[in-house]
Amino acid sequence: MSEHQTLVEARGVGKMYGSVKALDDVSVTVNAGEVTCVLGDNGAGKSTLIKILAGVHQHDFGHLLIGGEEVRLSSPRDALDRGIATVYQDLAVVPLMSVWRNFFLGSEPRKSIGPLKIIDSRGARDTARKALAELGINLRNVEQPVGTLSGGERQCVAIARAVHFGAKVLILDEPTAALGVKQAGIVLRQVAAARDRGLGVVLITHNPHHAYPVGDRFLLLKRGAALGNYEKADISLEELTRQMAGGAELEALEHELRGVEG
Amino acid sequence: MSAGSTAVVPELARPPRLVDRLVARPEIGSLLGAVLVFVFFTLITDQFLTVKGVSNWLDDASTLGIMAVTVAMLMIGGEFDLSTGVNTASTGLVTGILATQAHWNVWLALLVSLVFALLVGLVNGLLVVRTGLPSFIITLGMFLALQGLNLGVTRAVTGNVQISGVGAAHGYESAGYFLASTFRIGGTPFPVSILWWIGATALLSGVLLKTRFGNWVFAAGGAPLQARAVGVPVRSTKVALFMLTGLGAWLVGNINVLRYTTVQANQGIGLELQYIVAAVIGGCLMTGGFGSVVGAAIGALLFGMVRQGIVFADWNSDWFMLFLGVLLLVAVLANDVFRRRAERMRR
Ligand SMILES: Nc1ncnc2c1ncn2[C@@H]1O[C@H](COP(=O)(O)OP(=O)(O)OP(=O)(O)O)[C@@H](O)[C@H]1O
Ligand SMILES: [Mg+2]
Repeated sequence: MSEHQTLVEARGVGKMYGSVKALDDVSVTVNAGEVTCVLGDNGAGKSTLIKILAGVHQHDFGHLLIGGEEVRLSSPRDALDRGIATVYQDLAVVPLMSVWRNFFLGSEPRKSIGPLKIIDSRGARDTARKALAELGINLRNVEQPVGTLSGGERQCVAIARAVHFGAKVLILDEPTAALGVKQAGIVLRQVAAARDRGLGVVLITHNPHHAYPVGDRFLLLKRGAALGNYEKADISLEELTRQMAGGAELEALEHELRGVEG
Repeated sequence: MSAGSTAVVPELARPPRLVDRLVARPEIGSLLGAVLVFVFFTLITDQFLTVKGVSNWLDDASTLGIMAVTVAMLMIGGEFDLSTGVNTASTGLVTGILATQAHWNVWLALLVSLVFALLVGLVNGLLVVRTGLPSFIITLGMFLALQGLNLGVTRAVTGNVQISGVGAAHGYESAGYFLASTFRIGGTPFPVSILWWIGATALLSGVLLKTRFGNWVFAAGGAPLQARAVGVPVRSTKVALFMLTGLGAWLVGNINVLRYTTVQANQGIGLELQYIVAAVIGGCLMTGGFGSVVGAAIGALLFGMVRQGIVFADWNSDWFMLFLGVLLLVAVLANDVFRRRAERMRR
């Protein structure tokens, strides 16, 4: 997949929280039409890494390149303006607001009636319905509160919104963490759909079984450092799972457990 | 397994259920309540459904309603304002003192009163968004401060605790025409405050439902962090809403001072709770993010109908509070059911 254009590249980035080094010398590549998975345990630095890509935090070491140009993102808005959209697990939608109002929140389409500018709600409803349908989500009633949708559907609305507003890079922070198997499947389908439309996707997850089917490259983090950086061809699901679980440490643990049984 | 081809069929195309559609109509409860109360007092009293009677309860509801619709906007935006009631006295006192003691033209006094009202809102708003403290406690402070200021300044200027004689001030006639005149229907006078109430309701309902700002109000109250993440200016939205309740207090305070040509310095205390009650009856959630301007106006109408209905029925007005308490509890419980429904997390 070497013909895929590189959208975002981090080279040896690091981040300090006070005197704590939360991220150390990590490199990652996001290509158009590919899914880059970031895996790691709690506290591994996954969120810290994507917050640097999303403009929430700034890197203290290393280089961040967007479209080949070295940048330092000043805010989430800055990242958005450069086509990097982020969907956070808990911060994706406003539950009490309707689907279409959520979809356009912050970028409401307006029409003029004389000197007045009002939301083009009919147009907004139609556009939201169509944009969701394009990603395979058919909602009959975009007027219902987003809170009445399932967890997976809510993530999908947020993803569809990012895609609709022209994101080139889509960052998803643990979109499947709180979801059941079926709901996670719905979200992963959206990830694949976004990828097929040529977006570069960064998928953060704990779960190698969610990452492997959709991922093109895998970055494993552990205590802020890169444990491995693989292309799909170079690693099997079993090996990925083994590495995630701590590799050698797990083997030692298994050995011990066998000892207990035995 | 490839997620691209996984045959997961989401159950997304289910038809909207009745309850889900009702969730989108927060004013439905207050409307039902208003119809019941209307029918009830129409049946048990003779005067309730006469032109005179209607004028009475619309009058009662109007100034309450003007404030209730601004308070509803603020509550949907996720904040409270306990200083609104006292502020209706403050704004009237500013106008009254400037017009009677400094002998200003009423129009000029109204302008200064407006600046004062917006400042109160601005201070409330900035304190809330800058400190992140609950607006309940910040505006409680403003409530006490204004109460002290009302009494202290009035006593210092006049030697007692009321301002009177506004009717003799320059510009009273023309200003009074806009804020405190009456219009006649079937020979019965209706105060013009009813028109202001209807106008404010129509305007704010339009703003809430049809404008970008209105969308931001829902989002700022419902989920401020989410809203900020997609670029909504949550803080300035909230500050604007506090200034809106200030604007409402300006209108109501000056309708009162021009109508009665006198203001008591201790006026307005306790009204802030009535505004909140009207907004809650109208479907506003205590937790923000949900509610209706029209509902709040209907909540105020309910208030006026019950208060005057009790007078017509010749009951002791003590029963009003009991009724109000029950109404509030029913409304809060009903709202909570709707909220759970809309917010429930299905997995
Ligand atoms: N704002 C912060 N201030 C100080 N330390 C922080 C901050 N955010 C994260 N950390 C620390 O940095 C390390 C990496 O945290 P990070 O949130 O990136 O991990 P994560 O991989 O996203 O974990 P999780 O799976 O639990 O979300 C942790 O040790 C965490 O305690
Ligand atoms: Mg995290």
